Amino acid sequence: MSDLSVNHLLGIKYLNIKDLKLIFETTDHFKEVINRKIKKVPSLRDVTIANLFFENSTRTKISFELAQKRLSADVVNFSSSSSSVKKGETLIDTVNNILSMKVDMVVIRHPSPGASVFLSKNINSCIINAGDGTHEHPTQALLDAYSLIERLGQLKNKKILIVGDILHSRVALSNIFTYQKLGAEVMVCGPKSLIPRYIQSLDVKVETDLLKALKWCDAVNMLRIQNERMSESYFPSIREYVQQFGLNKNILDGLNKEIIIMHPGPINRGVEITSEVADSSQAIILDQVENGVAIRMAVMYLLASKLY
Amino acid sequence: MFRFKSRNLNFIIKRKKTLILSQISVMSPKKILNARQISTILHRLSFQLIEDHNNFSETVIIAIQPRGVYLAERIMELLTNDSNKIKFCLLDVTFYRDDFRRSEKVLKANKTKIDFSIENKTVILIDDVLFTGRSIRAAMDALQAFGRPRAVQLLNLIDRRFSRELPIQPDYCGTQVDSRLNQRVKVCWKEKDNEDAVYLFKNS
Repeated sequence: MSDLSVNHLLGIKYLNIKDLKLIFETTDHFKEVINRKIKKVPSLRDVTIANLFFENSTRTKISFELAQKRLSADVVNFSSSSSSVKKGETLIDTVNNILSMKVDMVVIRHPSPGASVFLSKNINSCIINAGDGTHEHPTQALLDAYSLIERLGQLKNKKILIVGDILHSRVALSNIFTYQKLGAEVMVCGPKSLIPRYIQSLDVKVETDLLKALKWCDAVNMLRIQNERMSESYFPSIREYVQQFGLNKNILDGLNKEIIIMHPGPINRGVEITSEVADSSQAIILDQVENGVAIRMAVMYLLASKLY
Repeated sequence: MFRFKSRNLNFIIKRKKTLILSQISVMSPKKILNARQISTILHRLSFQLIEDHNNFSETVIIAIQPRGVYLAERIMELLTNDSNKIKFCLLDVTFYRDDFRRSEKVLKANKTKIDFSIENKTVILIDDVLFTGRSIRAAMDALQAFGRPRAVQLLNLIDRRFSRELPIQPDYCGTQVDSRLNQRVKVCWKEKDNEDAVYLFKNS
């Protein structure tokens, strides 16, 4: 019987196609579970999981916590704003202290790229990356791909567009890896200043004209401008960005085909996407959130089965 | 706590053949039931069900994934010849098992399909082989997520008696097999394995 090839979920780049298929298959079953009247299964009842959030989050944190509770795991929550990190404790010390209280699995979000990889090398526990800086956000990419497969059947030879702040987005990188592993073509679109220089090496198409890019694609993932990661100005004004890269009803009506619209959240309504589009039937934004819980249950279930 | 009532159907017990195999040394797989014997047993089990459940209006048949499904579908075929509408569904117990993280392999799930409430219904759980009783325990646990049944009964084609680790007994039993722990009983179905037969393997 198949098994995940990894002991941690650090990023999509460490997974192979078999892992993705196994995760999606398991997600199907958990999706059925969370649509029952009683949404809880006892699989992880003897597993303790610590959620370490060194950076703000609502969706991901709630989604992980719900997933853990629906698997009957014991959960400890930690957020850096109210912790000893403020007193100068290092990451390894913080995590080791928590682990010595017998925690089996760690879900970590950290503003530094590579924080989860660093932890997995220095700490003896199962690590799940819930976003590390501008690097990867694997569970988000998995749920994006899963939601798309639900709509499109499969991703082979499908054309997927990612629009917005590619440079600062961990979602973009994880998305690109996932879609490519599943056989889809990926294009990124955004202001030149927000497209990373190395992007060509990922075998991704680049386009700066939103309309052209939308005409090419089957599905589009709209990303948020990550103001909190910007130390300098990358485009003249929000208004100019909206005019060039904002998705509105007029552009969609002019496409003469119906594309799927995704957004990893949080949405800045009126910036990258208008309310009208975000609430339309083409948008699968809330499906993504629902699938997020099932995906995270599947990931934790599969990883927990590899604990000793 | 999970005790099934044993039934007092004398005429069945008379017909139920017990196969004593523990004295025979099994090197190659041994066929313990052939297609004709299986067919006879399926007919008998179906008649027993009809006798106890009338028109099945208050009964739900639940097949345990994966191998219970073939047996349940065969029995459904025999029952629905009677032009009854019988509620039939599939239950996967993977997430309720107690050997998660205790066995080497990942427990892989199958599809659960229960699209109605089992509240106040009599549930008949169907699985091909009853061995330690642990899947049935998991199944009873899983059932709770779908309502409170009036009663739960168990139907098995093969009862590997003497190997039970929990106090669980079948209500409807095809045949009993005496086997050692290191042996394996495999039920083959035409739909999947190209023949109807039951084999006893000795695991190396």
